[in-house]
Order: sequence, then C-alpha cells, then structure tokens
Amino acid sequence: MAEFEPVLLANIHQEDSHTLRAYESTGGYAGLKKVLGGMSADGVKELVKASGLRGRGGAGFPTGLKWTFLPKDHPGPIYFCLNADESEPGTFNNRILMEEDPHQVIEGLIISCFATAASTAYFYMRYEYPLAWKRVQAAVDECYAAGYLGKDILGSGYSLDIFLHRGAAAYICGEETGLIESLEGRRAWPRIKPPFPAVEGAFRKPTVVNNVETAACVKQIVDRGAGWFRSIGVPPDPNNPRDPGSFGPKLYCLSGHIEKPGCYEAPLGITVNELIDNYGGGVWRGRKAKAAIPGGISMGLLTADEFDCPLDFAGPGKYGCLGLGTAAVVVIDETVPMVDFLHNSCQFFSHESCGQCTPCREGTSWALKMMNRIKAGKGRLKDLDLLLEIADNIGIIPGTTICGLADGAAWPMKNAIRKFRGEFEEYIKRTNPDGYMETNPVPVLEIIGAH
Amino acid sequence: MTNERILTDEMVAEITAYFPRYPSRQAVTLPALHIVNERLRHVPLQAVVEVAELLDLSPAQVQDTLTFYGFFKQDEPHGRVRAWVCRSISCHLRGADELFEHICHKAGVEPGGTTADGALTLEFGECLGACEFAPCVLANETLHKCVTNEQADAFVESLK
Ligand SMILES: Cc1cc2nc3c(=O)[nH]c(=O)nc-3n(C[C@H](O)[C@H](O)[C@H](O)COP(=O)(O)O)c2cc1C
Ligand code: SF4
Ligand code: FES
Repeated sequence: MAEFEPVLLANIHQEDSHTLRAYESTGGYAGLKKVLGGMSADGVKELVKASGLRGRGGAGFPTGLKWTFLPKDHPGPIYFCLNADESEPGTFNNRILMEEDPHQVIEGLIISCFATAASTAYFYMRYEYPLAWKRVQAAVDECYAAGYLGKDILGSGYSLDIFLHRGAAAYICGEETGLIESLEGRRAWPRIKPPFPAVEGAFRKPTVVNNVETAACVKQIVDRGAGWFRSIGVPPDPNNPRDPGSFGPKLYCLSGHIEKPGCYEAPLGITVNELIDNYGGGVWRGRKAKAAIPGGISMGLLTADEFDCPLDFAGPGKYGCLGLGTAAVVVIDETVPMVDFLHNSCQFFSHESCGQCTPCREGTSWALKMMNRIKAGKGRLKDLDLLLEIADNIGIIPGTTICGLADGAAWPMKNAIRKFRGEFEEYIKRTNPDGYMETNPVPVLEIIGAH
Repeated sequence: MTNERILTDEMVAEITAYFPRYPSRQAVTLPALHIVNERLRHVPLQAVVEVAELLDLSPAQVQDTLTFYGFFKQDEPHGRVRAWVCRSISCHLRGADELFEHICHKAGVEPGGTTADGALTLEFGECLGACEFAPCVLANETLHKCVTNEQADAFVESLK
C-alpha cells in the first residue's frame, strides 16, 4: 500500500482546529475564493462530476450527476439540505468533521450551494450532537462576520444563508425525504419517489440533499482537482458498465471489539483486514473475530473469512451485504452469540421504523418479537424461516416499502441467519430442547420498551 | 387543564425570530418545541395549543408532529439531567446492557424513570454517534465516554 496522506482529517489535530483562524492558517476558504472569483456554477458541477465523487451518506449516488437533475434555469428558490442526521449505528465520521473541522464542511457546503444555485441551506443536525451543534453554529457566525456568508459573498454577487435545524432523536430523519418532511414541521414520513427532491423537495421546490462528508470532499476537489481525487481509490470495473468506480479518500469508522476504535481516513477500497490490522491495532484482547458489520448495521454482516472484502462501493455487495453504506466497520469477536447480534439489530429497526408502510412496521416488530423469544430460550427452528420470510419481503428492493430503512432491517437478518444458520439452530435446540420443533402458534413474550 | 398562558414573552420572541428562516410557518414547529422543551423540560398540551396559534396551525398538527418523536414528554418534566445510555450495537458489544442495569440500580429508577428528587431521568438511547467511546452515555450536553461502573457511580453521586 502506497503511503497515504490524510486530507479530510489533516487539520483535526491542530490546536483550536474548529476556529476560523486555524482553518485559514492552512489555506481554508482559498477554494471558495477561487470558485467565486472566476468559476461558473456549471464549471463547479462539471469539476465535481469529473472527480467521480459519490455521496458519502450511504447510497453512493454520484454527486455531480445528482446536481444536474435540478431543473435548468429554475427561477428559484432552490434549497440545499446538508444531512447531518448521522444515526446509523457504528457511524460517527460526520460528528468528528463537525466538531473538529466545521469550516471544512461549511466551505464545501457554500461551494456546493453555489454550484446548485441554492440561496438557502438548511443544516439538519441530529439532536444528540451538542458539541457539534455549538461548533457549527459558532463557525457559521464566524463566516457571516468574515463575509463568507450572507449577501453578496466576497463581492461576487452570490448570496447564501445557512440555517441550522435541529432534529429530535429519530433515525428516519436521515432518509432524505424524511429529513425534508421533518424540516417542514411534520412527522418524518419519507415520501414516495418520484418526484425526487431535485425536482420537488423542501417546500415543494427543487432541493439537493447531501451528506456532511460529501461536502468536505467537494471542498478538497476544488482545492486539489478532479485528477487528484481520481488518483485515489478504485477505478470502475471494466466488466460492469454501470459501475462508476469508487474514487477518493474515505472516513472509515471502526468500533466494537477492536483495540483502537476510531475514525480513520484511507483510500476507498481498503479491505476489512487492512483496516483492522493497520489502523485498529487488531481485534481486542488478543481474541479472534467472528464477524463484522461492513458499513453500518443496515449493511449486514461479513464473516471473519470474508475480511478480504474491499470497502469500496462495489465491495460488500459481492459478499452478500447490502453495500458500503456509511463505511462504519463494527468488529464482533468470537465470544458473541449471533442471536445477541441479531436481537440488537431487530430491536433498533423496530424502534426506528416510522410506521408508514405495513411490511416495515409489522415486519420489524414481529422480527423483534421472534428474536425476544429465541433469546429467552423459547425459540423454534421454524422461527428462522419466518425471520427469513420477513427479511426477503420488506424493503425497496423487493418493492414493498417507501424507503430503504426496511432493506437495512432485512439485511442483518438475511446475512446473520444465512451465514450463521448452524449457530442459530444449535442455540435454539440447546436453549429450548423440548419445544424447538414446535410449529403451532406460540404466545408473544413481554417487551421492555425504550424511552 | 388550566388555560393560563405557558409561553413566556421571551419564548414567543425566540420562536418568532425563526419565522424569516423558512418559507412556511409550519417549519418552525420543531424549533418551537425545542425552545419550550429547553425551558420546561416537557411540552404540555397547553404549550402545544399556544405554539399552534403562533404558527397558524391547528393544535392537532403540532401534536401530530410532536408525538412522532419519542423525544418530547408531555405529562411531566424530565429530570434536571436527562441521560441516554446507548444500547446500539457498538455499545452493546462493550457492555451497554449491563451498564444500564447498573445505573438504574444505583440511581434507584426503572428504565425511562425519573429519580424521586427530580435530578435524573434515565433512558435508553439508540446510537449516539460516539461508538469509538463505547459504552457511552449522553447526559444533557455532556458525553460520558467509555463508561465503567465506577464512573457511572460517580456520575449518579454527582447529581445528589
Ligand atoms: C433509513 C435511512 C437513513 C439514512 N440516514 C442518513 C444519515 O443519517 N445521513 C446521511 O447523510 N444520509 C442518510 N441516508 C441517505 C440519504 O437518504 C441520502 O441518500 C443522503 O443524505 C444523500 O447524500 P449523499 O448523496 O451526499 O450521500 C439515509 C437513508 C435511509 C434509507
Ligand atoms: S420503509 Fe419503514 S421507515 Fe421507510 S417509510 Fe416505510 S415504514 Fe417508514
Ligand atoms: S453504538 Fe453506541 S454510540 Fe454508536
């Protein structure tokens, strides 16, 4: 592996890295000046398109392409929503950017807004980030004072306001149309698409939703060029005409049973093994790994034998996972029963389902009821088939739900049961020796709720 | 329910200051609920009615949004400190369930409950986005990192 210089995290170890003074001392806002001093909005769009940047929020959609979906010559307003709802279990890279280097994010956001002709940006941040909230608000204030925000920015004629908007502890607000509904003051029920937000989004106007890390990448691309960005990562698979490649640096979050949990910047395409060994200091307590989540819990599971999986946009899919997701790797050591893992996953999704689509609402809650039963030693082998039946039938991939939360609920079920079936069966037989063959209906156990 | 006004002039001023930020009044719903909740540590029905009036909405619209989020209490205020013990996967793997049980026991509350002196409300949270510090607890604005039972004890003691 060639020596790789962190870029997105280059500033965070500086003293007072969150302040404008520190940011400008390392060339901060030079990119914005370059853009406003002579580039056209289309020029920036083209640059970002040429870089091959794909969204870092989970879906990996090409950013420049998304921007071109906005209607041409729209009279405005066009809105920009920066998605800082970051709630995917295992994920914390946006938090680190916002806490330690908020100006990098804001500079990227201003440039992105200029490129998309947005005059108002809503910075939608999850409630549970009090420090990030303060730092970003302070950074925005500094920008207004310095003339980087507000009317006629740096004499360019371009005007932009950024408003922070605070969530209220609901995972579904991270889904882009759930975010928009929440912003508008309603329950965060994702919208049926199309129309996509680029055509009809916030307040029924064309809207771009991008992730915090995506914005930071935009700033780096403006500074360093599309060629630099494309020199990092994984080129398109020549055998797959629809693969746009996985370019650029990526912030990988590493947590769970690892010696050195943390957020590490590496080229897209690093393998799980490399991440664990070269960055994470190995599995904790000298133990062996049993499995790992490749990109946030929604993405499913890799077995320890699959840790050669490259963490680029195409990698985890080849190993039966949903995708790269947020590139948050959670290591699970050999002592953890897979029943525990799956129970935890089902608990999360049944709590966070917005309840709008019957397959998701009922599927996630019945899955949790079954996992409660299995965990309590009342499981039946039949439950595994029932769980898989739910998993194979909820989500936008089978076409039964409005948003991807249900796919994210399904994948851990599919991967855990299909990749560790022997262990599940053994657990059920051992803990329920008299009843594991039961196929008649059995009663539900009491559930202890959250909040 | 009394009909005495709950929103103070300051709260009203703070809420109306949000109006120019959005093309619709309804978009001020969450900011307004946060403003009330920060002061009162809950959002009683009367406050919902008054917020609705300010935003040109029916109370049902505000109530609908409010109840979607499990976040806002309505019947009684939460404790002076509201603590979320993360129970999602990275924290779970590092002992979050045991930690939660331990803190409940130490503070003498049931999950979701508030101590008799009103000092602490203790709840589960889902991933707090601080998984590198698992198991973690967010108590008001303070993130407690890699929390051991001893640290948890000290935290509960500090509230007395
Ligand atoms: C259930 C669900 C939760 C999501 N949560 C987030 C989130 O917290 N942050 C985020 O940026 N994207 C999240 N997304 C993806 C967004 O819908 C959207 O694709 C993304 O914000 C677009 O930004 P990007 O193109 O820069 O990646 C979520 C999607 C789903 C289905
Ligand atoms: S799939 Fe689930 S979370 Fe998404 S809209 Fe439907 S019910 Fe809500
Ligand atoms: S899982 Fe606990 S903070 Fe992320």
